[in-house]
Amino acid sequence: MEESTSHYLLIIGGVLFALLNVAAGLIWVERRMLALWQDRYGPNRAGPFGLFIVLADTLKLLFKEDWIPPLADKVVFVIAPAIVLVTVLLGFVVVPFAPGIVVADLNIGILFFLAMSSMGAYSIILGGWASNNKYSLLGAMRGAAQMISYEVFMGLALMGVVLLTGTFNLTTIVEAQRDLWFFIPQILGFVIFFIAGVAETHRLPFDIPESESELVAGFHSEYSGMKFGMFFIGEYLGITLISCMVVTLYFGGWLGPGFLPPLFWFAIKVFAFISLFILLRASLPRPRYDQLMEYGWKILLPLSLINLLVTAAIVLMQNES
Amino acid sequence: MELTFFIAAAVAVLATIMVVTQYNLIHALLYLVVSFLAISVVFFTLGAPFMAALEIIIYAGAIVVLIIFVIMMLNLTQEDIQHEKEWLKPRIWIGPAVLSMILLVELVYIFTADTPDTYRSTPVEAKAVGMSLFGPYVLGVQLSGMLLMAGIVGAYHLGRQKKKVIHRFLERTEA
Repeated sequence: MEESTSHYLLIIGGVLFALLNVAAGLIWVERRMLALWQDRYGPNRAGPFGLFIVLADTLKLLFKEDWIPPLADKVVFVIAPAIVLVTVLLGFVVVPFAPGIVVADLNIGILFFLAMSSMGAYSIILGGWASNNKYSLLGAMRGAAQMISYEVFMGLALMGVVLLTGTFNLTTIVEAQRDLWFFIPQILGFVIFFIAGVAETHRLPFDIPESESELVAGFHSEYSGMKFGMFFIGEYLGITLISCMVVTLYFGGWLGPGFLPPLFWFAIKVFAFISLFILLRASLPRPRYDQLMEYGWKILLPLSLINLLVTAAIVLMQNES
Repeated sequence: MELTFFIAAAVAVLATIMVVTQYNLIHALLYLVVSFLAISVVFFTLGAPFMAALEIIIYAGAIVVLIIFVIMMLNLTQEDIQHEKEWLKPRIWIGPAVLSMILLVELVYIFTADTPDTYRSTPVEAKAVGMSLFGPYVLGVQLSGMLLMAGIVGAYHLGRQKKKVIHRFLERTEA
């Protein structure tokens, strides 16, 4: 009993430590990658390869004046950035990083992840509303509509995998991919899930809640200092979470050829998807708000329903024969 | 498990009381979210993890977000809070208070009369929920589906607009 408790504490501490470092490291990774793809140098002055930009950025955020607008709803204004961090970190609870390295191997793993990602919408809505700023409010309303809509397609796309394995448990889902990674039978589901994931983390090209060129950073216009930092870190953690889920559900999780330990395979695959997120930012323009909604409800919803229907029919046929 | 059940239940009750007594609507809705989360924990401790997850996804994650969405558009001011205060006079509390007292007495009676084992049940898996939904209760599922369809059609009808050109970029070809 004593051993298992310390074992769990070790896993929780390790996961938290790794995640916060990944989130901070992504500040540097994203800037360097963007620069690479845009033929620039990016941050390269402080430290080796400009790595100390992470330190400099963190220090800057910590020492900035932490200002709360006088007309803001103070309590809600302070709670909002905490919500995004808490919900995203809770989402990592069900991710199986390697055999045995999972914080809580819940039987409702996928549902738990969906629940946490839907709770994340509150940070945008409340942050934008509490700022008492027109730009923020507009950003918040866009964010609310976008996140509620794309949650639907995200859930529906996932159900294909659930149909194939008959479980919500993520460890079982990874084990079921020993012969064939699910992105082959579920290619449509994977694409829809990834697009919905980009919209859920409101990253470019779907960063419509914060679109800096029209809404001056949207829902977090009024945030400064470490409160802004929490939105910032929350976004990077959100990218990591979506990448982790894509890898777990469609790309065989920790599975891979035996010459590397499972954890490495998982990390490599996750990093590949994080890079894809950054490449999307470097290459795609932002759609208009109504285009985003139309794209979701008129294309993604029917496609995800068809995917679900066809998958169900095939599973039924296999069970019959 | 018992302790978590009672703590979550107490949080749910307190949060729900706060929902009713708060004057600021957004704060009231935040307490409503807390209450849903607490109820979801109650479901979890009672052995219904599937229901617990659905409670968060559907109620806390979607429905309350939509309500907040609408309230944000209403632009409530201090004046509205004043109105709210006028409506919530102590006198109108009497009726609901009496009714809920009856329920409370019943609840206490149930808890004291039965053995404490009543709130401990076998875990219900997602599969079992699905089997009963699409087995004996399929009619209910179909009916609620029809109700939702009616809602969607109604919303579409209410939201439909004639062609309106606000700006050349916003021009639409139909609807």
